[in-house]
Amino acid sequence: MAEVLVYVDHVDGAVRKPTLELLTLARRVGEPVALALGAGAAETASVLAEHGAVKVLTADAPEFADYLVVPKVDALQAAVEAVSPVAVLVPSSAEGKEIAARLAVRIGSGIVTDAVDLEAGEQGPVATQSAFAASFTTKSRVTRGVPVITVKPNSAPVEAAPAAGVVETLPVGFSAQATGTKVLSRTPRESTGRPELTEAAIVVSGGRGVNGAENFAIIEALADSLGAAVGASRAAVDAGWYPHSNQVGQTGKSVSPQLYIASGISGAIQHRAGMQTSKTIVAINKDAEAPIFDLVDYGVVGDLFQVVPQLTDEVNTRKA
Amino acid sequence: MSLRIVVCVKYVPDATGDRHFADDLTLDREDVDGLLSELDEYAVEQALQIADGADDAEITVLTVGPEDARDALRKALSMGADRAVHVEDDDLHGTDVIGTSLVLARAIEKAGYDLVISGMASTDGTMGVVPALLAERLGVPQVTLLSEVSVEGGVVRGRRDGDSASEQLEASLPAVVSVTDQSGEARYPSFKGIMAAKKKPVESWDLEDLEIEADEVGLAGAWSAVDSAAQRPARSAGTIVKDEGEGGRQLAEFLAGQKFI
Ligand SMILES: Cc1cc2nc3c(=O)[nH]c(=O)nc-3n(C[C@H](O)[C@H](O)[C@H](O)COP(=O)(O)OP(=O)(O)OC[C@H]3O[C@@H](n4cnc5c(N)ncnc54)[C@H](O)[C@@H]3O)c2cc1C
Ligand SMILES: Cc1cc2nc3c(=O)[nH]c(=O)nc-3n(C[C@H](O)[C@H](O)[C@H](O)COP(=O)(O)OP(=O)(O)OC[C@H]3O[C@@H](n4cnc5c(N)ncnc54)[C@H](O)[C@@H]3O)c2cc1C
Repeated sequence: MAEVLVYVDHVDGAVRKPTLELLTLARRVGEPVALALGAGAAETASVLAEHGAVKVLTADAPEFADYLVVPKVDALQAAVEAVSPVAVLVPSSAEGKEIAARLAVRIGSGIVTDAVDLEAGEQGPVATQSAFAASFTTKSRVTRGVPVITVKPNSAPVEAAPAAGVVETLPVGFSAQATGTKVLSRTPRESTGRPELTEAAIVVSGGRGVNGAENFAIIEALADSLGAAVGASRAAVDAGWYPHSNQVGQTGKSVSPQLYIASGISGAIQHRAGMQTSKTIVAINKDAEAPIFDLVDYGVVGDLFQVVPQLTDEVNTRKA
Repeated sequence: MSLRIVVCVKYVPDATGDRHFADDLTLDREDVDGLLSELDEYAVEQALQIADGADDAEITVLTVGPEDARDALRKALSMGADRAVHVEDDDLHGTDVIGTSLVLARAIEKAGYDLVISGMASTDGTMGVVPALLAERLGVPQVTLLSEVSVEGGVVRGRRDGDSASEQLEASLPAVVSVTDQSGEARYPSFKGIMAAKKKPVESWDLEDLEIEADEVGLAGAWSAVDSAAQRPARSAGTIVKDEGEGGRQLAEFLAGQKFI
């Protein structure tokens, strides 16, 4: 069976959920071969094998951490040459997309980004994309070269599918460009203990209506009652009430959870671009005319300072 | 020594308009107004600030797009860029990102550059990959997705806020930079700027000027294809209740019914 190369997103050996979803999608078009780079690469093997990787290629070198993007492109290119895959799948993170794009040019391939689904087709893998703030759904293909496709988080279920997961070290020669952009320092983001925004099953977001950094405690309390991640609109972020890393929307994170709860958010097109594919959408807004209500499965017209704490109490009571 | 900055700006359909696809599954530009991609205003802004801090700098704004794309160039010129290049050719219709990056890279080389600045993503294709593709094609460092950028003594430095960490980056010029909407509010063109823009030169280049064959670009030359595009069905109208003291509890009831609690 044809092999499919899957680029592994991991932090010191801990594989992130979107990569496991990629393995599910990869099995629809071939046999997954995973590529893990950098510190802890070899430690990813067992979880990758449990989810269907027949082989795990690993490489570690200081270049992967000390320089931006290009060393990883060099490694991915080496893997493509070693494996001759029928497709290359990469998680749609900002860095993942850059790696995938540069690889595509190098190997003379086309690229499809931000797929939300993938299936086998007669002329190769067919990707589903969501365009214009999720108002259109398209089906696309790469028509030249080895299809390079990046896939968004929450695009497929994580499925166990035990496979051999044979670990092999991949020899990588670095290109002249590899050391072009130095990473002078790296400050890891502090963990809040809440789920990762893009991967969370439930996201609770606050906007300008939250009216102050201190009031975000109300949003956080609801999130914690539901085991959810916290999001924010750009208005809330620009006002300095919540970190930019939690912004949902076109220039923030795009989320596709089972449940999205928007409080004090009007629903501007750029915000919708980042959350419109959520399965169930709930909004709390005091303005009955707010555009967010066009999207909701359930909406409460009311003051969030009344509705949100009451909801939180009710959730906590029902759980107890 | 003069610092030559090329800013890539894209002409896109207004996101608040009714955007859709044409019969050939390319972007329908007929029924919706176009404008300079708002995220590229941040690129123009950073170029202006970098130029201000340099002894001598020249800013060229570059677009690849149809006739109307000139409007995007005019906007950038009225913000303060010095000159503009418009790559326009009938054979470009339907070009994908691989082809677009080829055309942009050739035009950047022809224009001459020390620094290329792009937005973080267009507001229509939203791929966010053109800057990396340009760096790959030009063979220069990429210093991308910066929320802070500075150029001094032939070195570009910036801060990249990633998913799991914030990084300080550094590269020698020539380089390709892309900036996010966190990099600093873009200025509005002044009346003086708008008047001055009318006199600034806009060069027009076609594929022949860039020594690109028609079959390397366009719909037929694309490396990817869109097979179908369907409007997402409107969401069926949801339940909307007015809070009369029980809104939170009613919502909890709904969430329990959906098995979220
Ligand atoms: C290029 C570009 C990119 C952008 N990217 C993003 C992005 O990634 N993400 C994003 O979110 N935006 C983005 N925006 C901004 C976007 O256009 C909106 O300005 C923004 O989403 C508005 O945020 P908001 O809904 O919180 O604020 P508003 O639009 O001001 O809405 C606040 C809402 O809160 C309600 N409210 C007020 N008080 C209460 C209360 N006590 N109880 C209940 N409801 C209350 C109001 O009725 C109102 O509907 C972008 C804009 C541009 C131009
Ligand atoms: C809905 C939609 C989906 C698409 N999906 C794909 C796909 O999956 N694969 C594919 O190959 N193509 C795709 N395209 C085509 C692609 O968008 C265009 O080729 C486009 O010019 C480059 O991609 P982008 O706009 O997404 O750029 P991005 O990478 O998002 O743009 C980043 C920056 O590059 C610069 N830039 C981009 N385009 C231009 C330009 N024409 N002129 C000047 N500067 C520019 C701007 O500074 C911009 O801020 C898609 C287009 C649309 C409208």
